[in-house]
Amino acid sequence: MKSFSKMVYPYVIWAAAMIVMPMLMIVLYAFTVKGNSVLTFQFTFDNFIRFFSDPVFPGVLWRSLKLAVITTVICIAIGYPSAYIIAKLKPNSQAMMILLITLPTWINMLVRTYAWRGILSNFPISGEIKVYIGMLYNFLPFMILQIYTSLSKIDPNLIVAAHDLGANNRETFRRVILPLSLPGVVSGITLVFLPAVSSFFIPKLLGGGQYVLIGNLIEDYFISTGDWNFGSAISLIMAIIILISMYITRKLDRKSAEAEAD
Amino acid sequence: MEQKTKHYEKLFLVLVFLFFYLPIIYVVFFSFNSSKSLSTFTGFSLQWYEKMFKNRTIMESIWYTVSCAVIATVVSTVVGTITAIGLSKSKKALREAINQVNNLPMLNPDIVTAIGFMLLFTSLRIKTGFTTMVLAHIAFCIPYVVLSIMPKLRTLDPNLAEAALDLGCTPLQALWKVIIPQIRPGIVSGALIAFSMSFDDFVISLFTTGPGINNISIYVYANVKRVNPTINALSAIIVYVITIVLVLVNVVPMIRERKSKKNEQLIR
Repeated sequence: MKSFSKMVYPYVIWAAAMIVMPMLMIVLYAFTVKGNSVLTFQFTFDNFIRFFSDPVFPGVLWRSLKLAVITTVICIAIGYPSAYIIAKLKPNSQAMMILLITLPTWINMLVRTYAWRGILSNFPISGEIKVYIGMLYNFLPFMILQIYTSLSKIDPNLIVAAHDLGANNRETFRRVILPLSLPGVVSGITLVFLPAVSSFFIPKLLGGGQYVLIGNLIEDYFISTGDWNFGSAISLIMAIIILISMYITRKLDRKSAEAEAD
Repeated sequence: MEQKTKHYEKLFLVLVFLFFYLPIIYVVFFSFNSSKSLSTFTGFSLQWYEKMFKNRTIMESIWYTVSCAVIATVVSTVVGTITAIGLSKSKKALREAINQVNNLPMLNPDIVTAIGFMLLFTSLRIKTGFTTMVLAHIAFCIPYVVLSIMPKLRTLDPNLAEAALDLGCTPLQALWKVIIPQIRPGIVSGALIAFSMSFDDFVISLFTTGPGINNISIYVYANVKRVNPTINALSAIIVYVITIVLVLVNVVPMIRERKSKKNEQLIR
């Protein structure tokens, strides 16, 4: 039996080379500048100083965060009621609805965004609103599916019990259903906020070129400009901000769960 | 949860579904347009489908997408299964460490994972192209396969494999005849996740592929600037294929179930 544990070893080597190494490379590049300082390990904060001393870059970062937060909030505002209504349907119709929501997500994201480009070109609306529509379209299904999953796991007896104990519909929702569905909302936030911050083809396809987000900056510095050091520094800044926001979200979730338990 | 839905709730759901299906209907509709226009329908024609099948770049991109997804699925499913079984028998510290490392590509934004691969390949002087794209796909698929198999292994009775060994199985036989059959659902769902992740991938492919090697996503991204209704035809075909596959996967078991129920009643 113990011999089976040896089966991990090839993957340990693979993971070191294909997962850990690339991440270290990003850090290495972020703390060095162009030229051969990567090879001589001359670390510098130049890239980060450059990022924060030019008002353009923090502006783009701020815009990306704002876009991601607003997209996430709209996804919850539309996704929660949708999931809630679906969860109230008969089991067969529930399965059908979930299939209908899943189907578009199987179609390539680029293709779906391209389709919106055609529709929206008929309307005189700003690039920013088009980007929001594209974001909402791509990420709303994830939110609905996550919230639906946690709603459908709720034991119906709990709701019956709440009613028996004298709670009306509103109270039952606020004190039983909502707290029990929060884990779904939190994983929905993870699935929406994370890709929304870093997305770069939605703004590029729908925003008409003027709407630059942090993902577009990274793409430009890697593919067009070829300044990989600065590009790595931008990605590192983005990755750290995402890690912090995920940490805060999870903390909030745990706190609300504890508050409910008290 | 089952309750009566009110009219305004039904209307709300209808609007949400309209939003989801509007672009799909739009693309399919205009893929039959006889002119280049994306706003007025001038008549029925199949010319964009014809142009699409004659376009070598599009056909190549479909081939690269499918072959990359197939290779990445097979390799990541095999490696992921072996790794997951190994992990379930290894020390807790190693298991935790591997899980943390596997979390990196799953939690990092795609673009960060993608530039990591790009920096790795170029600093190792590996020429980017189809091989590097497949390698990157394998690397980001394995964690998902491992993740979908691990829960199945956790519920597995460890005595079963021991019993198989005691009864004279070689370790390989115990693996193949006892462990694998019991975790098969996890392996299948892991393979499906891997295939769809690889098939749909854009960001990681964009940064790890080389000149002339495009998958469908990269082709769309590169050609979207001009009005190009062949992309409508390509998108429409993707819609047809996925609809047929999903309907088959979901409806066929339903019909089979109904039939077997009928048979049961007949037997009674």
